[in-house]
Amino acid sequence: MKKNLRKPLSAAGVHLALGGYTLLALFPIILILINAFKSRTGIFDDPLALPNAETFFIGGFEKVIAKSHFMLYFGNSLTVTLVSLALILLFGAMAAWALSEYKFRGNRLLALYMAIGIMVPIRLGTVSILELIVKLDLINTLTALILVYTAQGLPLAIMILSEFISQIPKELKEAARCDGVGEFKIFFQIILPLIRPAVATVAVFTMIPVWNDLWFPLILAPGEETQTVTLGVQQFIGQYVTDWNSVLAALSLAVIPVLIMYTIFSRQLIRGLTSGAVK
Amino acid sequence: MKRMPWHIAVFLAPAVLLYSVFSALPLLDTLRLGFFTSNDAGQTSFVGLANYITILTDPAWSESFWNAMWNNCKFFLIHLLIQNPIGLILATLLSLKGLKGARHYRTLIFLPTLLSVVIIGFIWQLILSPLWGVSEGLMDKVGLVDYFAPWLGEEGSALITLALISVWQFVGIPMMLIYAALLAVPEDIVEAAHVEGASAWRIFWEIKLPLILPTLGLVTILTYVGNFNAFDLIYSVKGAIAGPNYSTDILGTLFYRTFFGYQSQIGSPTMGAAVATLMFLVILAGVGAYFYFVQRKLTRYEL
Repeated sequence: MKKNLRKPLSAAGVHLALGGYTLLALFPIILILINAFKSRTGIFDDPLALPNAETFFIGGFEKVIAKSHFMLYFGNSLTVTLVSLALILLFGAMAAWALSEYKFRGNRLLALYMAIGIMVPIRLGTVSILELIVKLDLINTLTALILVYTAQGLPLAIMILSEFISQIPKELKEAARCDGVGEFKIFFQIILPLIRPAVATVAVFTMIPVWNDLWFPLILAPGEETQTVTLGVQQFIGQYVTDWNSVLAALSLAVIPVLIMYTIFSRQLIRGLTSGAVK
Repeated sequence: MKRMPWHIAVFLAPAVLLYSVFSALPLLDTLRLGFFTSNDAGQTSFVGLANYITILTDPAWSESFWNAMWNNCKFFLIHLLIQNPIGLILATLLSLKGLKGARHYRTLIFLPTLLSVVIIGFIWQLILSPLWGVSEGLMDKVGLVDYFAPWLGEEGSALITLALISVWQFVGIPMMLIYAALLAVPEDIVEAAHVEGASAWRIFWEIKLPLILPTLGLVTILTYVGNFNAFDLIYSVKGAIAGPNYSTDILGTLFYRTFFGYQSQIGSPTMGAAVATLMFLVILAGVGAYFYFVQRKLTRYEL
């Protein structure tokens, strides 16, 4: 457990500890993935074995796709996530720019007001959010989810983007202003391209909680047509508890897109996490 | 431009409006609703603190509230005492100089954090299920099979098991934050101590640890807010009733049941709002304590 970095043999110990933990972190996911491709007897006889010619079976997937609207749920999740993300990034960057660039009365107070949302979970306002969504006649729509997720994602996006915007050298903006370039043009044509790496980081951060959320789909859009993947899996599994092939296939279908996303964006995400934390 | 800064308003308007309408105002309105009650016709009337008095003193309510509160505290303590130390150990190992493959380790260990809590809950439910026998089989291999039990199904162990599942999933977050903080420790200080003959062990305790205290504080408060707002895991594994016999009930599931009702009990928005307000106060107390005591004290250690 203790590390003594000078002793040469300790390197092996460190690898043993980290490798062991990595195995622990991945084991459940791998177990689900390999068993999703096995027949029922294969799943029960030897859960740890890889599927082979005898046990290979994809009937679980066929059933999930036939019996549930998995593809529809994916579409819903994708729509909600991408639209919320676009709104959070655009509006967040605009607000971050205004708050960090212009000095006006109430600037700090407004920044503080927006920052409260980082610490206070929006979920606590659910009673009134539901009332509001009912009043706006948006219940069981993806729009309801998009509005709520955008509101939820803005505080953190504004905070991170402000940090980056304030690092942009003054001369750049002053030079543009001297040339008579308008404020909107400065923002959209100079600032926005400059903060692209930060925007990518914020995007990955914002995307994950939206994609994974159960609470708001459960409350605002539980209808068959508007279910997201998380809610869909939750309900599908509830109905098919004893059908192991279907359950494992449903879980794998829900895990795979995230795994693909992570392999593409992991560097961005981890860089954001490690650089953001030092501040 | 000096006279009419309307562009500032245009830049701010969408974010401030959306945030206000769908986040800040509903939160305030929920706090307000906690002081009201509604009749069958949907008319609301002001009742002052009556809802809170009911929740905190009426035997039917207070028992489940304090049960949920106490369970939530246990849920948090398990995270604090297990998740964060493991995160610290992993981060320390990862930040060792010259460690090969550090990037792969941290990428893989962080992976479970990204998956939906619902999915993680189900996966572990399957693994721990005596029906499948994966964990029983594994424990058999190491000679511990006698200790196997359907942990998720027993009143005494269900909450601890769920907390450990959550620890397993989220250990990547403290690991990553602490790792970043460790990387930021100035190299020359460590080098100087090294030259003076300090052991790695001493360097860790007397130099690195004090320097990363602000990050440990941040990790603690993030864990706190996340845990007292938790819901998905318990709901997906145990349902809204948080069985067996409410032994896994936490504030989030209590809030859901109060708001939406379950089985024979009819949901009440105003009582739900009161529960949400109590949750808000619990979170506020934690965040407040963090800012006033921890962070203020910690800034003194910063370089």
